[in-house]
Amino acid sequence: MDFSLSQEQELLQGTLRSFVAKECPPQAVRAVFDGEHALVPALREKLAEIGVYGLAVPDVHGGAGLELLELALVAEELGRGAVPVPFLGPALATLALARGGSAAQQAAWLPRLADGSARATVALGEDGGHWLPDAWQAELANGRVRGRKCLVPDAEDADCFVVGCRGGALALVEAGAGVRVIPELALDRGRPLAVLELDGAAAQPLDATAAARLVDAGSVLLAADAFGAAHQLVRATAAYLQSRQQFGQPLAQFQALKHQLANMALDVDPTRGLWWYAAHAFDHAPAEASRAAALAKAHITERAMQVARDAVEAHGGIGFTWECDVHIWFKRVMFDRLWLGAPELHRERYAALEGW
Amino acid sequence: MNLQFGEKYEKLRDEVRAFCAASWPPRGAEAGRGSREQGIAWRKRALAAGFLSRTVPKAYGGAGADPDVMAETVIRQEFDRAGVPHRVAVQGPRMLVPTLLECGSEEQRREYIPPTLTGEMAWCQGYSEPGAGSDLASLQSRAELVGDEWVLTGQKIWTSNAVEADMMFGLFRTEPEAAKHAGISYLLIPMKSRGIDVRPLTMMQGGVDFCEVFFDAVRIPAKNIVGKRGEGWKVTRATLKHERVLIGDSQGARVSLDALVALAKQVQREGRPAIEHPVVRQRIAEAAGYVATQEWAVARMLSAIHRNRDAEVMSEMLMTKLLGTNIQQMIGKLALELIPEDGLREPKGEEVVMGIRPFTRARWVSHYMFSLAGAIAGGTSNVQRNIIGERLLGLPRDQRPPGQ
Repeated sequence: MDFSLSQEQELLQGTLRSFVAKECPPQAVRAVFDGEHALVPALREKLAEIGVYGLAVPDVHGGAGLELLELALVAEELGRGAVPVPFLGPALATLALARGGSAAQQAAWLPRLADGSARATVALGEDGGHWLPDAWQAELANGRVRGRKCLVPDAEDADCFVVGCRGGALALVEAGAGVRVIPELALDRGRPLAVLELDGAAAQPLDATAAARLVDAGSVLLAADAFGAAHQLVRATAAYLQSRQQFGQPLAQFQALKHQLANMALDVDPTRGLWWYAAHAFDHAPAEASRAAALAKAHITERAMQVARDAVEAHGGIGFTWECDVHIWFKRVMFDRLWLGAPELHRERYAALEGW
Repeated sequence: MNLQFGEKYEKLRDEVRAFCAASWPPRGAEAGRGSREQGIAWRKRALAAGFLSRTVPKAYGGAGADPDVMAETVIRQEFDRAGVPHRVAVQGPRMLVPTLLECGSEEQRREYIPPTLTGEMAWCQGYSEPGAGSDLASLQSRAELVGDEWVLTGQKIWTSNAVEADMMFGLFRTEPEAAKHAGISYLLIPMKSRGIDVRPLTMMQGGVDFCEVFFDAVRIPAKNIVGKRGEGWKVTRATLKHERVLIGDSQGARVSLDALVALAKQVQREGRPAIEHPVVRQRIAEAAGYVATQEWAVARMLSAIHRNRDAEVMSEMLMTKLLGTNIQQMIGKLALELIPEDGLREPKGEEVVMGIRPFTRARWVSHYMFSLAGAIAGGTSNVQRNIIGERLLGLPRDQRPPGQ
């Protein structure tokens, strides 16, 4: 038994970590939050150059032919840096095409998605908290799709959308006639959201079994992102409490705060294996995949959110301000916790899968 | 990443399984003996087969094998599955034996290790005192060398297994003039010695496990010291190097969770099984998240240790005790919510079947209380938080009063 990363996976992890440190330091993230969106296309370019968008694309289509675990390792690092770059949408759409697209669809899209010259995203959510396949209402009939999807990530400039439809169907829709993208004001300014109005847009069906797997993959990527963000928050809070003095000593010297930090670390650090396993199961243990993904999403994003709340509290007054970076990671984790459904939804999904 | 144990370990698993089937439960004349004798006889066989205490050198009764956490995991899984008596009180094989291997004399190793491994010689640990809990090094029980004997005076407390134990390993102040940590020695004390008085303490849930042990001019041979005079604290630290064999058990959390799910299926709430109630489902699923966290943290730890990359799993190594404690308390609380009326009755009538205590309602009430012991024994949860803060997050150490 070897529950550890391969050398190649560790290399990928290291590459991403130094990429984020070099190309997207906290001041860059802050700038994006303050409205300087010009940074984002350049970041996206560079991520494409190191092959991030082609990780899960089969090599015959110009990708690396890797699995969900590699995508999750990327998500961890992007979460750690709160990197404001399209990833969740493209990763899931690409995975849906790579696992559920016809040969023609794959040939048409995957090479361009892999090298970053085309952009894709997923439109899953609908008004009323309808995230899961059995709740989707968008209507797919006669090669046309009608409906309203909301909270669609990375939608601006997207060339195509993987759209969740009634009966748990997935449809591939190209930007163009009958497709309208209306930006929403996103709380996490690093991950913009939009409403997608579909009024008879041309649509091609994808393999129907891909929908449930898309929810699993999304759950794992959000869990990994939340893990990275919360792990960073614990370390940043520890550093802050060591630097700030009160009563003539560093705050970190006070046992109340030391124990609060230890509890925060306890919420985050041991969960690494939980999302590792969920990612591994997606490709290697299909019977376990949905259960593991639901549990990872529910548990990790819930614990990460608590850590983010604790981090604000531990910082004191400054932690509640816009100028302190904590709110950026706080909102990152809020996104991870709520997109694709809150923990409660995934706990119920887990309970049902357990046969309770 | 490969979650199969692979051919080598599956072959080992088959061997262990066959060994268990052939050796347990006891047959023939042995079937009529007491459980202590049965346990000793079984462990002798398991030691001879190389499945128990496998890394202990052959000269001292082990198998002399290289450390291999995967092999140990497979063996433990099969032992647990078969219900064989492989576990004896941790104080002997898992605390004293590593200490002697690290710091004991050749004579001490030959005398004490073999019977300890079989369970013929049972041990208790004499560390805590009424005035020395988390601040263990402030202990005051003393030993004075008079001729060729140590003379022991003082009191130990919270001593588990003191009634059954043949021997105690304990810390005593031998150099009263030396600084706090430098004045302590590590001594081996026969519990039958004249002047020892063991008084059991009744625990809050009614059971008897730990004791007070009083020493009134108890005489033991001068050679019963491990390491040198005043090095007792260092000896206990040396043992920590072997703590990696203590980690890696998430079995307890899984057993409790499975029992909780079974309970929720069995009891009714609002006219249907409690497990179908949305609140109950949510809360048990939340507990399941913690249990799976613990299991994969342990798997990560085992894999890293197997590859000699312990530093990468420092978080997991420092956190599994605290996490496990929290999980057992959470499960205990959830169980009591399912059977509130039972919480009003004294938990009498806990049965033991082949060494295993099934999760009866009385056991759950007992568990609700006993799960607090994990937050106290072996380093309190607050001490664990200090260690996590200092060793993992690099926070400053607690300030000590001047002169300490």
